[in-house]
Order: sequence, then structure tokens, then C-alpha cells
Amino acid sequence: MTARERIAGNVAGYVDDRTGAAKWMKKNLTKVFPDHWSFLLGEICLYSFIILLLSGTFLTFWFDPSMREVVYDGSYEPLKGLEMSAAYASTLDISFEVRGGLLMRQIHHWAALIFMVGIVVHLLRVYFTGAFRKPREFNWIIGVGLLTLGIVEGFLGYSLPDDLLSGTGIRIAEAIIQALPLVGSYIAFFAFGGAFPGEAFIPRIYTVHVLLLPGIFLALITVHLMLVWYQKHTQFPGPGRTEKNVVGYPLMPVYMAKAGGFFFIVFGVTAFLGAVASINPIWLYGPYTPGQISAGSQPDWYMGWLDGLVRMAPPLETHAFGHTISWNILIPGLILPGIMFTGLALYPFIEQWATGDKREHHLLDRPRNTPNRTAIGAMALTFTLVSLINGGNDIIATTFHLTINQMMWFARISVIVLPPLAFIITKRLCLSLQRADRDLVLHGRETGRLVRMPNGEFVEVHEPISAEKAWLLTSHEQIAPLELPEHDAAGVRRPAALKNKLRNRISRATAVAVPKATETERRELEGHH
Amino acid sequence: MSNEIEQIKDPGLPAHVHRSTDTDPKAAARAERQVAILFGLSAIGTLLLIYSYIFVKDDVFIFIPVMGETNAHQLGLGMGMAIALFCIGAGLIHWAKTLMPDEEVIAHRHEFRSEDEDRAEFIKTVKAGASAAGLGRRPLIKRTLGAALGLSALTPLLLLRDLGPLPKDDLTKTSWKAGTRLVTDPGDRPLRPEDLEVGAVAQTLPEIAPGEHRSLADIGKDAVLLIRLRPEEFNLDAERLSWTHEGIIAFSKICSHMGCAVALYEQQTKHLLCPCHQSTFDVTRAAKVIFGPAARPLPQLNITVDEEGYLIARAPFNEPVGPSFWERSS
Repeated sequence: MTARERIAGNVAGYVDDRTGAAKWMKKNLTKVFPDHWSFLLGEICLYSFIILLLSGTFLTFWFDPSMREVVYDGSYEPLKGLEMSAAYASTLDISFEVRGGLLMRQIHHWAALIFMVGIVVHLLRVYFTGAFRKPREFNWIIGVGLLTLGIVEGFLGYSLPDDLLSGTGIRIAEAIIQALPLVGSYIAFFAFGGAFPGEAFIPRIYTVHVLLLPGIFLALITVHLMLVWYQKHTQFPGPGRTEKNVVGYPLMPVYMAKAGGFFFIVFGVTAFLGAVASINPIWLYGPYTPGQISAGSQPDWYMGWLDGLVRMAPPLETHAFGHTISWNILIPGLILPGIMFTGLALYPFIEQWATGDKREHHLLDRPRNTPNRTAIGAMALTFTLVSLINGGNDIIATTFHLTINQMMWFARISVIVLPPLAFIITKRLCLSLQRADRDLVLHGRETGRLVRMPNGEFVEVHEPISAEKAWLLTSHEQIAPLELPEHDAAGVRRPAALKNKLRNRISRATAVAVPKATETERRELEGHH
Repeated sequence: MSNEIEQIKDPGLPAHVHRSTDTDPKAAARAERQVAILFGLSAIGTLLLIYSYIFVKDDVFIFIPVMGETNAHQLGLGMGMAIALFCIGAGLIHWAKTLMPDEEVIAHRHEFRSEDEDRAEFIKTVKAGASAAGLGRRPLIKRTLGAALGLSALTPLLLLRDLGPLPKDDLTKTSWKAGTRLVTDPGDRPLRPEDLEVGAVAQTLPEIAPGEHRSLADIGKDAVLLIRLRPEEFNLDAERLSWTHEGIIAFSKICSHMGCAVALYEQQTKHLLCPCHQSTFDVTRAAKVIFGPAARPLPQLNITVDEEGYLIARAPFNEPVGPSFWERSS
């Protein structure tokens, strides 16, 4: 035993003497994690969250969350002598007087963007591979919660500097609150401490941004990770991998080194972006005043799709009985996003209802093998992307010399026509890919070598694929559609029977598949050749 | 022979393939050196950061291809930090991938559902607990508890009441009164019609007494845009035409959609455009919405001149300015 091993042993003993954790630690230090590049996406979110905590704490040491009016007297000449809020002035100071302050501001903003991209791509991975299925529905809901809070937290964060661009964003948020029927103007006045913009808003959202939401984030992320730990990670199908096992590497030392190293890589890349890529140069925008605005006002990308929806909304308002309802704000600003996030959160339960599958799943799906789910995902993604594109309609119009009119009609038509089209095309593509898999297993790989037969016929030589590959392409389950009774014993249709009929129909649509290749078929084909 | 369909079989975990670092001590030594070099690079990164922090002044600019003129202080700090962190990470991962064991391990997974016996016990305990509390048998307790809990939820709502004042007529009233002079923003100079040439635009605010202060909330409601056209270019009804003065027309600058400043004026088409959501208003037709999500025209301010020849409001706005709200009546 080397001296180093002795020390490690002593440390383990010291911990166990005081906690009795030996049994738990023994099991968990060698816990197995499956390896796949897409499993790093969630890690990126966790690490950028830590970066956000660190860089954010740094920023709070100098940031003054106050709308008190001050006269700027810093080193940035163009704004010298201008009246502005203390929040904006202190953000300028962080950028120009504090050494490393601008770097930290840029790291903080880049980390926020990476955090949000990470969440969305991680969500797509979990969705398209079916990782949300039983027993992981709780974690899916927590994830949707983190996404929603992330959007709010990001918006509040870039609103804090109180520059002309972010103030415009708050103005829009206030208009959405104000549009709420019945209580809108009251909630707006309470939130802003009076008429917009008032003097209360920045200090209030500061507390929410640096205390309340990060606290909730910490709690939710902790539960999210504990559940991943306890339920063990899902794995992709492959040879030797089953619903009953986990194939991968042990936590100590391989995963500790890899995950720890990956944290530094994410931090390093974020620092690189903060060093070379200017982001949110608030000194160019000037201080906020409600009477001014900069052309091409754009929110951060995770708000952009909401803004895009608002931009394409038809100008509908109802005036009746001395009251006003602004559909042009409520539908794109609250109702549509509400429906989308609710649908997202409930999706695991909707799918369970449609397939009747209540079993545990730990092996991931290949997206092509669940055409309906993949197509629904493509549909939602298309809707969001069209909205996001329309969120930049002014920039796109000027860049590509289009009129804003063309952009809007493109968006209005696309947002209705393209999602169903995406559904149909994706479903067809999935089925085609299934067919290709089936051909590959039954007939082997096309080698590109042509052989002339004695009778003059040319054929391409096919090579059988490996046993591992054949297993990968056929190991998935193809579940039969539900067959719930559509008539009761007396042959009469009842409301329940109608519901069953609907479920049967959805279930049939979900179960559409190209039958996967079997050993029997393979053998039969060999017999023919 | 049975007729049952036979599925393709799982060939099992593929045999482990050793890395060169597992079999060749030279390769292992090389990997070790590479890891050490990465950690060494990280140290150099930190030294670069320290050097930039202390010795590079923050007004030094250097030329970097692609980036152009770049602040050397910021760049040194950021690149130093990036190199320091990235190389630690790259070193750790290279170490794990080349020198730590890479044999895949199989762990077993168990269904989460407990044994039937435990489950039955558990369900029994929950049921027994619930019936011991006896909520179902004591409706009086159930109802009063429900009412008390519901009522107590009002506490936070009530305590948040003092976050702000009631809106009252704050959303419907602006500072414009009959006779208020229009002054430039910025500058606070009163304007005469001849200060504006045909085609010109001016941002104005209501005049305030010397020493008085204008809050941002005031500006958010009072900002008014003056535009001068040739009188014959207007396409207005008689009343609205009478609200203009020598071709000068005044609109609230606060968008009737979501309250952004409607700041883009296109001289050729005489359109006002809001940069937030591209609502477009036709100046010649009393700011009628011709494009975008806004549902109402911009409110028009009735203007004239006083005896000294300065532009004034003849009357306050006759409707609320800015975005819609529930209590708005038109």
C-alpha cells in the first residue's frame, strides 16, 4: 500500500466514523453512468448555472439596484453629464471602472444564454428519446418548471441595467399585465408602485432576480439531480443493454474526472465568449426614458418567439360595456404560451393515456421508432421557430430587402400551415427510416460492388450487417394499438364507449409502424438465395 | 419446428478493446505528459490574467484580425481566464479518457415498485391514518378547516396591497391641459409654428414651471410628436382638421399597442412606425393603423397657438394614451 492509498483510506475511515456513511458511499461512489454525448446537455445547464451564481455574485458587489436619479460622471465620455438611474450608472461603472467588470458582465450574460440553450436542447433530447416516460414524469415536470423560470429570470436579469433597450422590454411586460381583464391595471400599479415606470420596479425585480428565483432554482435543480441519481440514468439501446441494467463507467474516478473537467471546459468557453464577443453593450443604448427608443429593438432569443407571436397578432380588441379586452396582447402574450407550456408539462401523461403503456422504461427510444411523438415534437418546434423568426422580422426584412408586410404574412400563414405539414413530413420520414432499417437487417448493407450474373443480370452485392447493429435496429418494442370496447354488453354506445373510440383511434395512429425485421424472416430470405 | 416468430437476438456486450495507453507504457507516458502540458498551459493562462490585471492599462487598444481594435486589458483578462479554465478541464478529461480505466461496467436496475406485501402494508397504513383522523366522519371540522385555510390565503394578498397606489384616473389623465405650451424634448424650448419646416418632426412635452420636475412616468404619458405637413396633404374630417394648426398635427408618442415610443417617421409615406412590433400609423388619416398588431390610432392632441404665437394644447387628450386596459371605455 502506498502512502497515498493509506491517506485516502484514512479519509474514508474518518468520514465513516462520524457519519456511518460507508455502506451508502461504497454503493454510490461506484455508481454506473451510461456514456453518450447527449447526456452532457443537462450538465451544461448545471455548470452554466454555477457560473451564473459566481459571476452574478461578483456583479452584486458593485451594482446599485436603484432608480434614484444621478448625473453620470464616469469615464465613458459620450454619456458624461447625463441624468440616469443609479442602476444604469452603476452598470456603466462595472463596465468601465471595475477591472474585470465588463468581462464578468459578459460572462454572466453569455452563461445565461448558454443556460437557456442548454435547457431547450436538453429538453429536446429528453423528449425525442422518450426519457420522460415512467418513472421519470416528475423530473420532466421539474424540467418544464426550470425552463419557464429560466425565461423569467433571464428577462429580469437583462432588465436590471435600466438601459433604453431593457426599459422598452419592461414597458411591454407592463402592457401585458395591464391587458389582464378586471385586475390588470391594479396589478400593474401594485407591481410598479404606481404609474409606469415609477421608482420601485428595479429594486423589486433585483430581489426576485438575485434571491427568490435563484433559491427556487437551487431547490428544483437539487431535486432534479437527486431523482436522476436515485432512478439511475436512462441509456440508449444496444448490445448488452436491457431495461434491467445500466452499462457505463463508475462515478469514481472516471465520471468525477470527466464531469469535473467538463465544468472547467464550459467555464472556459464562457470566459472565452466573454473575452472576445461583446454582448449587451448597454453604453450604446443610453439610459431608459419612456419617450425614446432604439430601432430594431430585440429581446434575448428565449423571449424572441413570444415577441414574434405578438408581432404577427391581428389587431383585435373588444370594446363593450365600457371595458376593453386586448386580444392582440392576451392571445399571443398569455393564452398561447399558457397552452404550450401546459401541453409540454402534461405530455408524458397524454402519451400514457394514448398508448395505455404504464410500464417503467429505462431504455431510450430512437426517434424514428416513435413516429407520432417525433412528429408532434417537430410540429411544436416548427411553430416556435416560425414565431422566433418573426420576432426578428424587422432585422430580417432590412437584411434581405423584404418588406415588413411580406414578413408578417409569411409568418401568419406559416405559423398555421407549417406545423401540420411538419407533422406529416416527420411522420413519413420516420416510417421511411424504419423501412430502411428493416431492409438493412434483411438484405444487408449495399456495398456498391456490382456483379454480373451468368445470365447477364447485374446485381449489387449486399453485405450482412453485424449482429450488434442488427440487434440495435430491431431491439425496440412495437406495441399493438389499444382495443377498448366501443360498445357495452348490450351493444349500446355510451359516453364511455365514445371516449374509448377516441382513445382507440389515437392509439392506432400512435402505433403505426413498419414491422421490424425478425430472425425468422431473415432465415426465410436466406433460404431463397 | 414451431411456427412462432423468432426475434433477432441480443449478441451481448461487445468484447472490450484495449487502448494503446493500456498496452503500451510509452503511450501511457506520452498521455501523462500531454495532461501535464495542459495543466501547465492553464497556469500560463492565470499568469496572463494576473499580468493583464496589474500591468495593462484599460485604455490600451491593440489590433486583432477579425475583432479589429480591441481593448487589451479586457482581452488579456478574459483570454487568461478562458485558457486557465479550459486547460484544466481538457487536462482532466484527457486524463480520464487515456489513463483511467475504460472498461464498461454493468450495474443492475430494479423496478421501483415495492414488493406486493410492503405495498399492501403501506396502503393500509395510509388508509388507517386517514380514517384515524376521521375527516370524512367529521364534516364540521373539514368545512371549517377548509374555510380557515382559504381565508388565510388572503393574508399575503392583503399584505401586498401597499405595493402601490390604486390606479384611479392615472391611466386616463395626462399633464396636458387647455393652454399648456408644447416645449421641445430635450431643451424645454417653447415652439412656434415657424420653427417646424414642412416635413419636420419634433418630440415635445408639456411645459413645466421652472424648478418643477418631470418624472419618467409623466414622460411616459405626455410625450407628443409634432409633424408638419402641407395642409392639403391631410385626409381628415372637419373636427380633426380643426385640431391641427397650419399643417402641424400632434399625436401621443406612446404606442396604443404596448406603450413603446413610436419614434420612426417615414417622410416619404408619412407613416409613423413603432419599432417594437411594427404597428404603422398613417399621419394623414389621424394616425389610423395601417399595419401591425395595434388596434387603435394614436390619440391626437388638439393644438393651436397662444397670443404670443407659441404652440399650445387647446384641450387635453380626449382619450387615454398608451396601451389598453380593462377600464378603458373605447
